[in-house]
Amino acid sequence: MPRLREVVFGRTETALIAAILVTAVILSLSSPYFLTISNLVNLVEAYSVTTILAAGVFVVLVSGGIDISFTATASATQYLGAYLATHFGFSAASALGAAAALGVALGSVNALLTHYLRVASIIVTIATSSIYYALLIYFTDAQEIYNLPDWWSNRITFLRFSSASGVVRITLPIVVMLVVVALTEYLMRWTRIGRQIYAFGGNPEAASRIGIGVLRVQLLAYGYLGLLAAVAGFIQASRVHQAVPTAMAGQELNVLAVAILGGATLVGGVGSMGGVALAVVFLAMLQNGLNLVGVSPYFFGILTGLAILVSITMTGFAERHARKRYAVRSV
Amino acid sequence: MTVDSLASADAKPFLALSGIGKKFGGTVALDGIHWSVDRGEVHCLVGENGSGKSTLIKILAGVYAPDSGGSISIDGSRYASLTPSQAKSLGVQVIFQDLSLFPNLTVLENIAIDHQLHAPFLAPPARVMREAAGAALGRLDARLRLEALVRDLPVAQRQIVAICRGLAANARILFMDEPTASLTRREVELLLRTVRRLKALGVAVVFVSHRLEEIVEVAERVTVLRDGRKVGTFPAAQLNNHRLAELMTGARITHQIMARSLRDRRPALEVRGATRAGEFEDTSLVLHQGEILGLIGLLGAGRTELALALFGMTALDSGEILLDGARLDLRSNQDAVKAGIAYVSEDRLGLGLNLKQPISDNIAITVLDRLVYAFGLVARRARSRLASSWVAQLGIGAPNVEAPVQTLSGGNQQRVVLAKWLATDPKVLILDSPTVGVDIRNKQGIYGVVRRLAKEGVAILLISDEVPEVYFNSDRVLHMRNGRIVGEFVPGIASEHALSEALYA
Repeated sequence: MPRLREVVFGRTETALIAAILVTAVILSLSSPYFLTISNLVNLVEAYSVTTILAAGVFVVLVSGGIDISFTATASATQYLGAYLATHFGFSAASALGAAAALGVALGSVNALLTHYLRVASIIVTIATSSIYYALLIYFTDAQEIYNLPDWWSNRITFLRFSSASGVVRITLPIVVMLVVVALTEYLMRWTRIGRQIYAFGGNPEAASRIGIGVLRVQLLAYGYLGLLAAVAGFIQASRVHQAVPTAMAGQELNVLAVAILGGATLVGGVGSMGGVALAVVFLAMLQNGLNLVGVSPYFFGILTGLAILVSITMTGFAERHARKRYAVRSV
Repeated sequence: MTVDSLASADAKPFLALSGIGKKFGGTVALDGIHWSVDRGEVHCLVGENGSGKSTLIKILAGVYAPDSGGSISIDGSRYASLTPSQAKSLGVQVIFQDLSLFPNLTVLENIAIDHQLHAPFLAPPARVMREAAGAALGRLDARLRLEALVRDLPVAQRQIVAICRGLAANARILFMDEPTASLTRREVELLLRTVRRLKALGVAVVFVSHRLEEIVEVAERVTVLRDGRKVGTFPAAQLNNHRLAELMTGARITHQIMARSLRDRRPALEVRGATRAGEFEDTSLVLHQGEILGLIGLLGAGRTELALALFGMTALDSGEILLDGARLDLRSNQDAVKAGIAYVSEDRLGLGLNLKQPISDNIAITVLDRLVYAFGLVARRARSRLASSWVAQLGIGAPNVEAPVQTLSGGNQQRVVLAKWLATDPKVLILDSPTVGVDIRNKQGIYGVVRRLAKEGVAILLISDEVPEVYFNSDRVLHMRNGRIVGEFVPGIASEHALSEALYA
């Protein structure tokens, strides 16, 4: 049997678990409120949108690409859904269906451009991000939509119970987030296409030589991110009760940071959904804890940056060490 | 079926090509190739760059369709052309020089990737993959941990993974493109053992190379291609390096021994008792003006390490270096360049050249200081003039000096590196494996340049692990092993054979 630790946890995951435990101990000692169930559940809900987006970005990163345009996609799909629901009375299912279709379409445009133009995906998606946002503002005149239907703006609670620290609600965002994380993990680890995305990210040339459909892999990765961007857009609107054309502008780097801290790299082929989820937990705890202790929110940005630098440096060291051990003759 | 017909079916070659040709636009890449490989045969396919080897492999792998008129017969069935999936299902597997593995995946996934590829939606269960991978490794009698990541394996083991991937996909004929290019001697031995094992399993192996190499030891037949035509197929036992080189180039290459006696010349570079812990010990040598001194040793003998110290990249623990009789204190390679020492590294593509930049910038980089005029700006015209003069002197085949270096052939790229260092007007030139990856015709050109430089008075240290290279191009040859100089040979007095015996002893 393969060693369990190797299959489930790599180095990044182990390090993150350690970091989480240390942070949890320190914060619970400095603030009695931190380690209460209601605080933790609120925290999870607050990070649900980030996690859903990070799951999609993770898949694109594994495929060896990067996508900057997903917040534009999320904003556009959210707005489309809200517009159809308010002006044409679309039901939840049909509004979400239309939004999802738009999300997949916008993601696919990124995949097609990256594939056929043979340009780095970061350039392509910076360009499409600009285009998507501009089109969105142009068609909407930057008008917010406030009067979302009830099915959208009412808080949906699946489970509710009281605890010593107050009422705890397991709400729709939390459930959707858990489903997305589980689905992504399943797709990437156990399905043929998931393994092909890893293979393609590891060595695109070899992947096409052995007959992996390169365009298909890219369409699936970017399309999946587009789909999750639509889901995230809906959840975000349900939390703030409105659809705003620039709802998520500026979130790109936060989400990328989470995925990279979770073990994905810009080179592709590595990382796990579990690692990304752990990175969300770590950053959420850190931010919340610092808040409770009364540290300036700006300080959190510094810590996020440092955490990423440390994690990348550690990976770099490990790789250099491995290369030294197996010095390869260059020709 | 009678015993007779069985025997004759068996005697038929596994793969037979008849009249295979391929044109790209107006260029003829392959012309009327007739060729066959038997079941379980080990066959070498050799030719220089551009001789048509790669085109031939790609036709057999189904990447290219041959021009009409020819036929490919595999295991008794005839085809006008193959598709990639057809080629695979017939058992044709190609292992490219870069091995095309997935460094981020495990040994298990790499070997059994074919199973994964044909799965419906779910990846096949781990058990199925383990069986397939285990079986392939077992057939080779190789032991590798299935959960190890391929990026953590040394090259020789990666090669085994690539071969196993072919076996797991039911390979019956395995093409290996330049399989020994990045292996050490010991790893080559391991590869040869693996190949014998494949042969015993009835898998035919075709080595594709532009070098004359160790593999000839296990091959039964050798087929030589030149300019898209087959020169012939020969029993391996009847060929030696010399004959093979003639067949590949179509020209009789005359090796002329240098071996001038230059002991009365003034020493240019002297090394006395140089030691660097773990790299080389108590090394002394004298390199005279205008002399070509060969330094031969196997990988790990300390030859490159010594060269790096002479070039100021590393510091000596003890001992001294003298240039023109004066003691040199090298703190960096900049000191070395100023003193008149130039070093052409072994890894010219990684360290020696900026491939995307034009030839002129690559040559001028070492002497930018001299080309500078007001405000630190580089004089464009002076730069072009400098580059053009070197392009002419070294016979670099390039459309113009502004062409990016990556558009040149390997041999011409190597000349650009030489030009870059010659522009510094060195007294001592250290050449580390100057013809690795360069084909025979271009090798001769580079040797010509080196000899001419020596005649002009440059002292040259020629480092290599190829016996003929140092034997035919040096005045003297030093043999280095385990960080020490263990012998001196004078070509013509000592035989080439004696040198190679000493090297591989």
